Amino acid sequence: MHELSIAQNLVELAAEEARRRGLTRVRAVHVRLGVLAGVVKDALLFCFDIVTAGTPLEGARLAIEEVPVEIFCPRCRQPRRLPEPLPMACPECGTRTAEIVHGRELELFALEGEEGEGLGAPDR
Amino acid sequence: MAPRIVELRQNVLKKNDILARELRERFRQAGVYTVNLVSSPGAGKTTLLRETLIRLRDRYRVAALVGDLATDNDGRRLQESGAPVRQITTGTVCHLEAEMVGRALEGWDLAELDFLFIENVGNLVCPASYDLGESLRVVLFSVAEGEDKPLKYPTIVLGADLVIVTKVDLAEAVGFDRHAFYEALQQVRPDLPVLEVSARTGAGMAEWLSRLEEHAPAGRTPAAVPGAPGGEEGGRP
Ligand SMILES: [Zn+2]
Repeated sequence: MHELSIAQNLVELAAEEARRRGLTRVRAVHVRLGVLAGVVKDALLFCFDIVTAGTPLEGARLAIEEVPVEIFCPRCRQPRRLPEPLPMACPECGTRTAEIVHGRELELFALEGEEGEGLGAPDR
Repeated sequence: MAPRIVELRQNVLKKNDILARELRERFRQAGVYTVNLVSSPGAGKTTLLRETLIRLRDRYRVAALVGDLATDNDGRRLQESGAPVRQITTGTVCHLEAEMVGRALEGWDLAELDFLFIENVGNLVCPASYDLGESLRVVLFSVAEGEDKPLKYPTIVLGADLVIVTKVDLAEAVGFDRHAFYEALQQVRPDLPVLEVSARTGAGMAEWLSRLEEHAPAGRTPAAVPGAPGGEEGGRP
């Protein structure tokens, strides 16, 4: 179970970015999680609450958007979304491929919070 | 107080990925080929690695890092090969991270090595998320584990460069269905190369070694090279 390590990394990264961008209070942390990222959503939610306790992110909501698998079909020359994570094959023509476009993301996508008075820190 | 949303789009494991990139660059500059071995517990990583170290040792300078939750059993078994071995005790952590590898390498002169093997913690889930800066990631499946393992652990298969089927000397005894296994693997990664090996009988070892030797540093004379990098033979944690 590596979700605890991942939650720790996530919270550190989010806190650092919040500071850098002048967010005084973080209300929500938005994450994009590929269904093939090898991370269990519920475990990550559980660990997030544990890890944020006593940090500036305490009470923040973790919003996880699950990203389905999309492959690029070499035969159709098209990106195709898979109805199920497996098999890695084009749902139209059945061609097998190793070219994954989406579905392995583990990404801190956005932060939602309040700007500090007078801080007005600009983006980068 | 103005509510605000800032878009970031940053990899959650950015810190590990940066460290792994630095490690990869260090390995490249030192001319050492690094192999990360992952599998579930009991798939035969340690036996395969010990036999690999013994067979490469006459011609190349080899070393190993072995990750383990608590015991040093695997580390001790590997030291029987005579190659320098260091252990990374992870405690409760079920995978190796780039930072742990970097720390374990302290004091080793990588330029003194041709091959560095990293035996990851026995686990088919968590190690998949962590780049260790390796050149080759090998996933081991033993014939005893059942043919559908690749379907159950697709993430580790997606991140692999090579699959080794281990303990093939037992295939018949355990009723290993080769066709079903390859079909399962194909459903996840149709392009992935596979080797079948028995470290016990030596079957398939030659092919595995020649794969590795393709990456041996060019121009190196295959003379016997004395063991330890940085003069720390069989370094223990
Ligand atoms: Zn197609």
